[in-house]
Amino acid sequence: MAVELEGGQCRLRPFSCELGLLSRPDGSATFLQGDTSVLAGLYGPAEAKISKELPDRAALEVLLRPKVGLPGVLERSREQLLRQTCEAVVLGVLHPRTAISLVLQVLSDAGSLLSCCLNAACMALLDAGLPLAALFCGVTCALQPDGTILLDPTARQEQEARAILTFAISSSERKVLMSTTKGSCSVEEMQQCLAAAQRAATTIFQFYRDSVRRRYSKS
Amino acid sequence: MKATPLSNCERRFLLRAIQEKKVHPPFLAPFPKPFPIPFSAGCSRDPSRPRGPIACRAWRTNPLHMCVRVRVFPQRLDGRQCYDYRNIRVSFGADRGCCMVELGRTRVLAQVSCELVPPKPNRPTEGVLFFNLELSPMAAPGLEPGRQSELLVSLNRLLERCFRDSKCIDTESLCVVAGEKVWQIRLDMHLLNHDGNITDAASIAGIVALCHFHRPDVSVQGEEVTVYTPEERDPVPLSIHHMPISVSFAFFHQGTYLLVDPTEREERVMDGLLVIAMNKHHEICTIQSSGVVVLLQEQILRCTKITAVKVAEITELIHKALENDQKARKEGRKFGFAESISNQRITASKMESAAVDTNDVEEEAGEIIAKADPPSEVFATPVLHTPGTAQIGEGVESSWGDLEESEKEEAAEEEGESEAAAFECEKVETEDTSTLEETKTGEPIVLSDSEEEDVVILEPQELPRKTR
Repeated sequence: MAVELEGGQCRLRPFSCELGLLSRPDGSATFLQGDTSVLAGLYGPAEAKISKELPDRAALEVLLRPKVGLPGVLERSREQLLRQTCEAVVLGVLHPRTAISLVLQVLSDAGSLLSCCLNAACMALLDAGLPLAALFCGVTCALQPDGTILLDPTARQEQEARAILTFAISSSERKVLMSTTKGSCSVEEMQQCLAAAQRAATTIFQFYRDSVRRRYSKS
Repeated sequence: MKATPLSNCERRFLLRAIQEKKVHPPFLAPFPKPFPIPFSAGCSRDPSRPRGPIACRAWRTNPLHMCVRVRVFPQRLDGRQCYDYRNIRVSFGADRGCCMVELGRTRVLAQVSCELVPPKPNRPTEGVLFFNLELSPMAAPGLEPGRQSELLVSLNRLLERCFRDSKCIDTESLCVVAGEKVWQIRLDMHLLNHDGNITDAASIAGIVALCHFHRPDVSVQGEEVTVYTPEERDPVPLSIHHMPISVSFAFFHQGTYLLVDPTEREERVMDGLLVIAMNKHHEICTIQSSGVVVLLQEQILRCTKITAVKVAEITELIHKALENDQKARKEGRKFGFAESISNQRITASKMESAAVDTNDVEEEAGEIIAKADPPSEVFATPVLHTPGTAQIGEGVESSWGDLEESEKEEAAEEEGESEAAAFECEKVETEDTSTLEETKTGEPIVLSDSEEEDVVILEPQELPRKTR
């Protein structure tokens, strides 16, 4: 099925991020994609409760808190996705029997929330200085009813889309760490969205690099 | 995460620091006119003042009218004076009713939302208010999710009294149809970083969010209620009578020393806490004293005077912040949290909207699909035997056989027995046999001869014969 793209160009919204803005957590970062913003705070590696500790590696726990109301099933499922992504990159075997807690707070939701959470989580891991095998970033694609791919969709674009695909892409060889889809799309469309997401990931990793370089430019 | 308890030497250090007054180097200052006997705060401790009656008189009649003064102030760890507040910074989000307040390093996020609900039965013409403060697990290492600690309960109660009982919001204006539909205004506050004085930060965040919030416009025609979207009609702000703001006072050394706006370290060593919530018209909205300190009447009155001054300053700051945000929205400039991130800071970085080249994704995707293994054979649609039992793929070797055997080896208790029986039942189904005698697994496996253990076998129920 032919996929039309807007003149061969998709646009990501303006990004911003701030590192180390909270004084209590070991690592903290806020990541903004357009009007969507997420604040991530990380504690670890720290002493774990006996019931939760693992004998050979660190126990990673992710908590996602919505802005209004109590966390529900959607937050729990997103927590699991984030946890699995983080566990794939964090070198937990270097810190056995410890606990790493990552807490994410949604500051505002204007589309692409899960990928914003993934990006904030990665920046918090960087800020805390945890050993990582690779970086990861989150990219959301929206498939419109006519087949156009939109990257980093806004809330309105997400509502009108036929399918929304979120990928977590690793920095080593742009491999896929996690993918979750809402809606229906064909195999070809999924591969096309994935290819587009991998292209976008290059831009995002460059942004990570610039932020961290700026952060440590005066030390 | 575990909270680190305060060590004794740190506690002693903090208490000692509050007790000791730092003496600034002496400096010359002119006497205030008219010429009174100088009894300023520092003079009695001034080591350079000549002692003795004649020397004193001579010193007092000094033609230069100069007095050697020294300044004394207690030593707070961050260099503040005892009545100083930390820097307060208010920033707004893109949504209406969303704001973040930073009191020094304490950070609170507040969000107001609204919903149409039936009113409370004993108050049919009033709207419903709901306040909730949450201590996010990222705020401090000791905060566990879902544990209702004393601190959380007391903070919530105090904030409820501050906002609800002070009647700062006009609830009558929230009524849409009396007895049927009213607005429920919900204020959610999240503590993001705990560096002391959560009460003040939360009260500022709450009142700013309430002032910032606009609810959808509503029109009632007979029985019909129409809620307009923001595009149809501009949302309407809430009707707020006054702005209660709380000020916290921490007492140390049995009430001898008083500090305004304690940090987290100071809170840990304080004896008692006095919280006064007041509005700019000098009306006390809430006053609460806690801890093991006994306060004198004149101390409390002094605190109320300090509160009045602080509340005036903070109200001024809030009004300015609200005005700036209002102007930015009206003039079409950018607003939201993105704007509050200053580009001057080295820890913050921004990237403008970037284009991503997606020119040949089609070809790339096509290549990947061509190279990939063909998808595994798709099974036919499931065969439905009876409601609740279906089968996919006939004649497929059951792999549950292995599981069943290992279950049998381990099992000695009831659960194991009935599980193994259940597995065997499943196996019976897939193998398409109808013999149910195999469901009885026979003798229980006895692991221990102890007479204390009582092994009770629950016989699995006879399953109804399934018709094929």
